[in-house]
Amino acid sequence: MSTVALQDDTPGKRAPLVLGHPDFHAVTERIAGITERKTAKSWLVLLALAVSVLMILLGSLGKLVAQGLGIWGLNNTVFWAWDITGFVFWIGIGHAGTLISAILFLFRQKWRTSINRAAEAMTIFAVMAAAIYPTFHVGRVWFAYWLFPIPNQMSMWPQFKSPLLWDVFAVSTYATVSILFWYVGLVPDLATLRDRATSKTKQIVLGIFSLGWRGSHRNWLNYEKAYLILAGLSTPLVLSVHTIVSFDFAVSIVPGWHTTIFPPYFVAGAIFSGFAMVVSLMVIARKAYGLEGLITIKHLENMNKIILATGTMVGYAYAMEAFIAWYGGNEYERFAFANRMFGPYKWAYWTMWSCNVFSPQLFWFKRFRTSIPAMFVISIFVNIGMWFERFVIIVTSLHRDYIPSSWTYFRPSLFDISTFLGSFGLFFTMFLLFLRFLPAVAISEVKGVMPQADPHAGHDDHATAHDAFAEGGHGDESAESDDAAKDEEEGHEPA
Amino acid sequence: MSPPDERVYEEPKKAFGLMGYFLTPGDLLHACEKLKASGYRHYDAHTPFPVHGLEKAMGLPPSKLPWIVLVAGFTGLASAIALTWYVSTDYSLIISGKPSFSYQAYVPIMFELTVLFSAFGTFFGMWGMNRLPTYYHPTMTHPSFPRATDDAFFVSIEARDPKYDAAKTKRLLEELGAKEILEVME
Repeated sequence: MSTVALQDDTPGKRAPLVLGHPDFHAVTERIAGITERKTAKSWLVLLALAVSVLMILLGSLGKLVAQGLGIWGLNNTVFWAWDITGFVFWIGIGHAGTLISAILFLFRQKWRTSINRAAEAMTIFAVMAAAIYPTFHVGRVWFAYWLFPIPNQMSMWPQFKSPLLWDVFAVSTYATVSILFWYVGLVPDLATLRDRATSKTKQIVLGIFSLGWRGSHRNWLNYEKAYLILAGLSTPLVLSVHTIVSFDFAVSIVPGWHTTIFPPYFVAGAIFSGFAMVVSLMVIARKAYGLEGLITIKHLENMNKIILATGTMVGYAYAMEAFIAWYGGNEYERFAFANRMFGPYKWAYWTMWSCNVFSPQLFWFKRFRTSIPAMFVISIFVNIGMWFERFVIIVTSLHRDYIPSSWTYFRPSLFDISTFLGSFGLFFTMFLLFLRFLPAVAISEVKGVMPQADPHAGHDDHATAHDAFAEGGHGDESAESDDAAKDEEEGHEPA
Repeated sequence: MSPPDERVYEEPKKAFGLMGYFLTPGDLLHACEKLKASGYRHYDAHTPFPVHGLEKAMGLPPSKLPWIVLVAGFTGLASAIALTWYVSTDYSLIISGKPSFSYQAYVPIMFELTVLFSAFGTFFGMWGMNRLPTYYHPTMTHPSFPRATDDAFFVSIEARDPKYDAAKTKRLLEELGAKEILEVME
């Protein structure tokens, strides 16, 4: 019943984060059980599919290394196209993971707990997919280490005044910090898996990776402080990374790139596309693994609200970019924008507008925000739209530069397409392996936001409701009983 | 058949302390308050998730980790300044008449390295302060200890505590309602 859900929005009376009153053990069972059950056939099929796509990537990159950058559709005018588009696209996807784990943590948004683990994993795999492009677009990939300031016999150093080198530092720092943050979050859950492991191999492997964690409160104290600090470090980091990525363009003088709105606009776009990817993945994963009680409609709705907000910000940025191009009075800038809107790439520009700005507007309506098929379709649209955004910025600015004699129309080659397609193979292979072998929901954090985790809460017996959870019970009917139980608990004296 | 003199090689076992568990965080909190009030100092709680308010009940001071991070962050900033300064003077490229060490352009590098070093400081500092990774810990020998990462809230009182007395401490834990109170060995 939607009326009940509506009442949950009233301040001070929040919708429950975990449905069906499970006890702590039921939560462990539900999440750890995923990694302990026998491998599902459907998972194997999906993995086989993802690995085949990954093979396309390896083949394309092999061809690139063997033959050179000429296999891409680049030309003298459009010297950057799908490679950098793919890079910015994937880096942007990654940002939602850090946003959920860091910024929402600092804002004490407890609803982040059941989605942050998967979102952080998504970040890491997206950054891996992104890293392919700068590494391989240098052409002679075996010289990629020249990007790093390593002492060498040529006594040459990289140019620190170049935004491309800032990118190297930003992206590698981002990848490192994301992995550290993710791993710190994983350790208590790995300890849970270790303590439940039945085979010797599992015990040893999990024993090594859980570092001997034993949930000591003296350890938790340092742990929570470390988590807070990492969140505090990641927050400016995640904003800086996409800001620096936008500098790759904004610091140049190419009309259409040389824009001061780029840093905030890129950051908003990154969060936008990242949340869309989280929604696309979570909609499927929660269904496949019966996590509806942990990743509730409320979680998805909250993410959709963020998609709506950032989508509208992105729309503002598009409008403002065009306005400033006209208002600024620079004729090259004006031409670049007129060309973007009405030139040979107008189809890409208007695809971008429809997917990114118009489609998320449906999320103003609760009906669409809480409808699984609607949010899945819109999130896919947003992902497509955000790819087009980067494509539009990069290609439309380059293909008609200052010299009309060198104007061209960029067409992707087969290898442009196969490399980009293949990067999805890498992403999904990693993500499937993650879902299979690691706890996809942060077990200890979910327990921490359950009502009975509060040491001053009443000691209610949740046995009956717990059965409903074990059967995968979820939905609005349990929200009603939840409220009743909450009222009951609030009535209790503090212990 | 084991050799008759096997026992000669066994090291004498020493008690590490007493352990028991509770089923709700509230009981654990209450127990820790009681232990603190009774004058115990070397005791610990083992919980599947951080129970908030427990540090107050146990009388633990706030973590000193931020100081490690501060030092690490400054090291990162200093390394970034040193790196960019050295690199731009050692291999000087003058572009648009800008000075070799045009620090404004290096702000992103300085920021990123500060964050990177701070994150490493947090990561390694935290594990160092927690004395992890560890191969073995006596508390892990309690037969129900796997539940400490699942749904039980353990308390362990170390034998080195001056107030420790196996019988008396056990009685106190019993009064508090702890389950499966056992002495674990070093």
